[in-house]
Amino acid sequence: MNPKRCAACRYLRRRCPKDCVFSPYFPPNNPEKFACVHRIYGAGNVSKMLQQLPVQTRAEVVESLCFEATCRIEDPVYGCVGIISLLQTQIQKTENLLARTQAEIAVAQTKHSQNQHSEFM
Amino acid sequence: MASSSSSNTYNSPCAACKFLRRKCMPGCIFAPYFPPEEPHKFANVHKIFGASNVTKLLNELLPHQREDAVNSLAYEAEARVRDPVYGCVGAISYLQRQVHRLQKELDAANADLVHYGLSTSTPGNVVDLVFQPQPLPLQPLNPVYRLSGASPVMTQQPRGTGGSYGTFLPWNNGHDQQGGNM
Repeated sequence: MNPKRCAACRYLRRRCPKDCVFSPYFPPNNPEKFACVHRIYGAGNVSKMLQQLPVQTRAEVVESLCFEATCRIEDPVYGCVGIISLLQTQIQKTENLLARTQAEIAVAQTKHSQNQHSEFM
Repeated sequence: MASSSSSNTYNSPCAACKFLRRKCMPGCIFAPYFPPEEPHKFANVHKIFGASNVTKLLNELLPHQREDAVNSLAYEAEARVRDPVYGCVGAISYLQRQVHRLQKELDAANADLVHYGLSTSTPGNVVDLVFQPQPLPLQPLNPVYRLSGASPVMTQQPRGTGGSYGTFLPWNNGHDQQGGNM
């Protein structure tokens, strides 16, 4: 048993075994991290997800779950999908702006070459 | 036999109750959002979030918010099933990089425009030629989302207001909430 329980086992009020699937990713000094993930996904689902993946990917999995869970707590209706929507809107607006700017550049280039041509005449 | 709009006493059970192998009772919280024709929708949501967590989430929301909440949960669940490591966060990272790339292109284009403006127009109207991005409601997650240890940076995020992302919801196919097209 781990001398100090991980945040997950502490939250779940159970012993923290040596091979606890949560302990590498939920240190005892950050209890909010597990609380947040547990609230949205549940300990059982997180455990299943981690066990189905190679060990070297699990840290990233936990971080992404934590991010999504935090987004969902902040915005219970849209979660992180709200961020995706806003980014897509931003991309579309920037693309439109870029197209306008490039069109203006084309006009300016044409004027510039016309001016140069008239200087030689 | 009378049936209410959300009951399934006569019709087939909703996808959730079918999946859970239980009777779909009148007033089933899942029935309006998980039609029997879309079994994969509930299957994904159940796999990632679990039925009881979804019930809890929906019970904390007003009825008019629940459809969007279910659709966003289904979207996240599907993303997580497709990419078990990064889920939706993979999409966010990708979009952030696109925003960054486009901003750089726009900055370069504006610099070109200033160059042509200086050589073709009088100083007074150079400023008019340069397109500045309009202020956007959300700053990009800055820097690009870090997957180790970063807490999400969300500025000006409305808290559970619903309907604030009306312009572009992934399940609307580019139609905004007011019914217009993108």
